[in-house]
Amino acid sequence: MIRAYGLGRRFGERRVLKGIDFQLGQGEFLLVTGPNGSGKTTLLRLLAGLLAPTDGTLEVEIDRGRVGFLGHEPLLYRHLTALENLDLYGRLYRVSERRERAGMLLERYGLWEVRAEPTASFSRGMMQRLALCRTLLHQPELLLLDEPFSALDTQGAELLDAELGGNGPRTVVVASHQPERIAAHSTRRLALT
Amino acid sequence: MTGYLSDVAALARKDLVVELRTRDTVPAMLLFIVAALVVFHFALPEGSSRLAAGGMLWIALLFTALLALVRAFVGEREEGTLDGLLLAPCDRSAIWLGKTLSVLAFLLFAEAVALPAFALFYEPLTWELVAGVALANVGIATVGTLLGAMAAATRARELLLPLLFLPVALPLVIGGVGATLADEPGRYLAFLALYDLIFAILSWASFEYVVTE
Amino acid sequence: MSTSLRNNGAALLSLAAAALLVAGISLALFWAPEDVDQGILQKIFYVHVPVALTAYAAFGWGAWKALRLLWKGGDRYDLESYTAVHMGVIFGVLTLVTGSIWAKASWGHWWVWSERQLTLFLILFLFYSAYFMLRYSTDPGPRRARTSAVYALFGVALIPVSFLAIRLAEGLIHPVVFTRDGPQMDGAMFLTFCVCLAGMLALGGGLYLLELAGKRADASLQELRERLT
Repeated sequence: MIRAYGLGRRFGERRVLKGIDFQLGQGEFLLVTGPNGSGKTTLLRLLAGLLAPTDGTLEVEIDRGRVGFLGHEPLLYRHLTALENLDLYGRLYRVSERRERAGMLLERYGLWEVRAEPTASFSRGMMQRLALCRTLLHQPELLLLDEPFSALDTQGAELLDAELGGNGPRTVVVASHQPERIAAHSTRRLALT
Repeated sequence: MTGYLSDVAALARKDLVVELRTRDTVPAMLLFIVAALVVFHFALPEGSSRLAAGGMLWIALLFTALLALVRAFVGEREEGTLDGLLLAPCDRSAIWLGKTLSVLAFLLFAEAVALPAFALFYEPLTWELVAGVALANVGIATVGTLLGAMAAATRARELLLPLLFLPVALPLVIGGVGATLADEPGRYLAFLALYDLIFAILSWASFEYVVTE
Repeated sequence: MSTSLRNNGAALLSLAAAALLVAGISLALFWAPEDVDQGILQKIFYVHVPVALTAYAAFGWGAWKALRLLWKGGDRYDLESYTAVHMGVIFGVLTLVTGSIWAKASWGHWWVWSERQLTLFLILFLFYSAYFMLRYSTDPGPRRARTSAVYALFGVALIPVSFLAIRLAEGLIHPVVFTRDGPQMDGAMFLTFCVCLAGMLALGGGLYLLELAGKRADASLQELRERLT
């Protein structure tokens, strides 16, 4: 499903990624490790289609609408409520029965009580949980998570663990510089330097 | 098609709801344009003709519009939410159209106060003036949104937008002032419509190149 | 090999430009008849209009390369588009300067709003100057290339629109004092004009190729440096 040959990305003079080769099949779980600054975030953004490669090739055989991306930013509107945020994304991703699905996710991630609060009032852990809801809202076939545990509180972390360990033919790529947690789920590893 | 329009509607609605809650942009625009109109009274020497006042209105409009345009994308960039929109499967041009419609709405709100104020301070409104403003609004919103997206991606951001915008908006001023003051406003209104058509299509088509990395 | 070919192109065009311009200016000064109304100072027309047309050609070329960039992508079109716009701005400044001299000579003022061409060029000058501000303020990369390309295309759309606008404005705001309806020239004047025009275009082309070669050499050097590290 994903094929990278000699993938690289430059930002002006700076070369952040160089010569990345890997292939990932459907249903596999890739753990991307590496110290800070090794390009994990850039790699995930390339996979998500937010960046284009400057060197090499990258083939991701999936529609944009089937990809779920959780980056460093929660990608949520501070002045909209949790429900409104999910409703907007539900519309854009053409989620069927989006209200029900949003409600279900909010409940599962413990945000049902605050569903009508603007996200500006959320704690960091709550924001990250809502971001996770946003990511999973449209039941993506490819899940891209960039340091997902870093902003999560314990409750959220447990829920994410459960989610990652769960069933489904999903392909997952997680970037983390603390891989112990995720190692249990992953089938493949890619180390960046 | 309906999916496209529904995306546009959802995006425009989002901007309007946010504005309703934060009230960041429209009140500032209102205050600015009324203040500008007052300043013009003192800037214009005694005995200035109505022509000068008409021209001044267009300056006020243009700079007020810049307030709205600057905010259009800088907020999305700073909160990072533009990425969220780019990840979604919607057409990039739908993002542009949604923003353009919300900018248009802000302009209309501001003008709903500014034009009566103008009528109060200077000259009664004519239908040609209003038509000119309406047509110019479209040009300002369409081109301005595109240029705003361009500027938001640079280091200079808000500083760059007036530089990019004013030369392109010049024909709008010419058309607008002409519609306001000329004996035959029809030609100027037609010109404004032409401008709107050309630049709306250009902006619509080129937005995706400007906003993707 | 391709670099040297381009260099040859630049050298060739520069030679042609030199030859044509020397010929053209000589013709203008010594052979073409003096204008009845404006006398010898009218001769700046032989420089002013070709410079203006070369600027237009440069902007048009830049827009064409911009279109190719958006269509196919790639660094080379970005470089070509940027260089062409750069040429356009240089020749644009020259247009404004020569136009100003002509205005001073003809009407006694360094700037005359009723002179359509000049006003149009002023707008374009502002627009394309902002092009450079846009480039300097964006980090190099595919985004900068695409954004510049879109902007260059807007510029080219702006030319006829502004021209139309200025025509409309004349009747209203600025009384039309002199009309400049295009060349009503006799044969000798026309020939001189054409030689000067060809010379200017050759000059523009030569400078374009020269600058392009220089920029490409820079880029190659950069690439080599990277490969070594």
